[in-house]
Amino acid sequence: MSKKYDAGVKEYRDTYWTPDYVPLDTDLLACFKCTGQEGVPKEEVAAAVAAESSTGTWSTVWSELLTDLDFYKGRCYRIEDVPGDKEAFYAFIAYPLDLFEEGSITNVLTSLVGNVFGFKALRHLRLEDIRFPLAFIKTCMGPPNGIAVERDRMNKYGRPLLGCTIKPKLGLSGKNYGRVVYECLRGGLDFTKDDENINSQPFQRWQNRFEFVAEAVKLAEQETGEKKGHYLNCTAATPEEMYERAEFAKELGQPIIMHDYITGGFTANTGLAKWCRKNGMLLHIHRAMHAVIDRHPKHGIHFRVLAKCLRLSGGDQLHTGTVVGKLEGDRQTTLGFIDQLRESFVPEDRSRGNFFDQDWGSMPGVFAVASGGIHVWHMPALVAIFGDDSVLQFGGGTHGHPWGSAAGAAANRVALEACVKARNAGREIEKESRDILMEAAKHSPELAIALETWKEIKFEFDTVDKLDVQ
Amino acid sequence: MPFKSTVGDYQTVATLETFGFLPPMTQDEIYDQIAYIIAQGWTPLVEHVHPSRSMSTYWSYWKLPFFGEKDLGVIVSELEGCHRAYPDHHVRLVGYDAYTQSQGSCFVVFEGR
Repeated sequence: MSKKYDAGVKEYRDTYWTPDYVPLDTDLLACFKCTGQEGVPKEEVAAAVAAESSTGTWSTVWSELLTDLDFYKGRCYRIEDVPGDKEAFYAFIAYPLDLFEEGSITNVLTSLVGNVFGFKALRHLRLEDIRFPLAFIKTCMGPPNGIAVERDRMNKYGRPLLGCTIKPKLGLSGKNYGRVVYECLRGGLDFTKDDENINSQPFQRWQNRFEFVAEAVKLAEQETGEKKGHYLNCTAATPEEMYERAEFAKELGQPIIMHDYITGGFTANTGLAKWCRKNGMLLHIHRAMHAVIDRHPKHGIHFRVLAKCLRLSGGDQLHTGTVVGKLEGDRQTTLGFIDQLRESFVPEDRSRGNFFDQDWGSMPGVFAVASGGIHVWHMPALVAIFGDDSVLQFGGGTHGHPWGSAAGAAANRVALEACVKARNAGREIEKESRDILMEAAKHSPELAIALETWKEIKFEFDTVDKLDVQ
Repeated sequence: MPFKSTVGDYQTVATLETFGFLPPMTQDEIYDQIAYIIAQGWTPLVEHVHPSRSMSTYWSYWKLPFFGEKDLGVIVSELEGCHRAYPDHHVRLVGYDAYTQSQGSCFVVFEGR
């Protein structure tokens, strides 16, 4: 039956709070942590979030009646208390699939974390998790290659991959930069990486860097007999320049390029990922700016959402923090979003921060990259936390070796292999870390010196963003 | 007083990927790794190649993958059999994972000359 137009302002909850609603398998589900202004009922806040992130606006409008709004509206179907927090609560919202353009992470985020985050009735708002329906996932290409294909291309099996960022991060000429790449790779690393800040600055234009790096990679492969790569950063001011750099990396026969997906943007990232699939290139993803968005416990977007979005947008490796190094990251939370990158099904598990069952279907997996303030003493913990499908990257922990980067690289490689061998043999590598490393150092002066150099360095600060569990 | 540098010289070494930076394994250590492969539910597989083409994707299979084999002794004797038949070849042991279609483990047991 046709409805009547009734101009004016209705409470959001009359339309958007539907506690009886049973979400469909095809709905996109979101969990927001809401902190409302004083005196505003929870249901009204939650319904406002559902409305403002889907079909609603502040006033009733006549044109709503030209469509079946009940078919298109987002609905808040559940409210839960946040453990240990009297002010905040979780709002679970279901969005019909047709609200989103196929294959567009940009579109999903524009809706879900658009205007609603500035809404006055809210003090804080945080998007904790999204359950992407399989029907949406199948419209995204995802990682250009995935874990298994990357292993086959790089001939790396049965262990985490080993990498390092070239330092100093800014200021080296192309030739000097290539030298440092060569030293690391000949010392036993699988990959080296452009620092995220390296694009094409006056001291080192990109073509120059790409050419010297390509020579270093080739030479290291010839001398070591192993496959090597360097993440050539193609992040640029415009998509046209980004593709130009990617094309040149391919022309030089390089296996892998790199992109910064948050500063570069999801549209650029998805485009570059598709280019990589088409051109047989691996794609390493950096996450500069993420902590601006994900670190505050009550406002912003949790990194697990950004990680899920990256897997859909496309990338073969994504930075996830290290748990043990210099950068923020709680162990259980990190394990939770690493699962989202690598597994084909991740069950709801609040102890890991996963609010929904997430079925990834046939979407390829993404390597978890641990990088930032880690050194050889962390190796056993890193292998235990991250497992084989990861890239462990030691920057200062490679170049800071008293004999230089090649020896630093060798020290890390020996330590890594000793840990993997011990783990396979059934030893508890975190508990026995000291013994395992000291034994390995007997055969490697490079490792012995590295262990001595970094023996006192720890980064023990409390985590700012903790899981909401009691 | 004569200056003596404390900096060592790192010499590049040609290695054969995983475990290439560790000393050769003892018999017992190899047993441990085979036991790990079998415990993971992976299929043991022996491959060999002449050192001149160690970087190629395909090494020759020794026989076929040992589907369903759970006996450590059998795998050790196959590794040795391959080494006897091709003494100048590299021989590696693979833990093949049919679920991921990847290798859960892979390392060289005998280095050819």
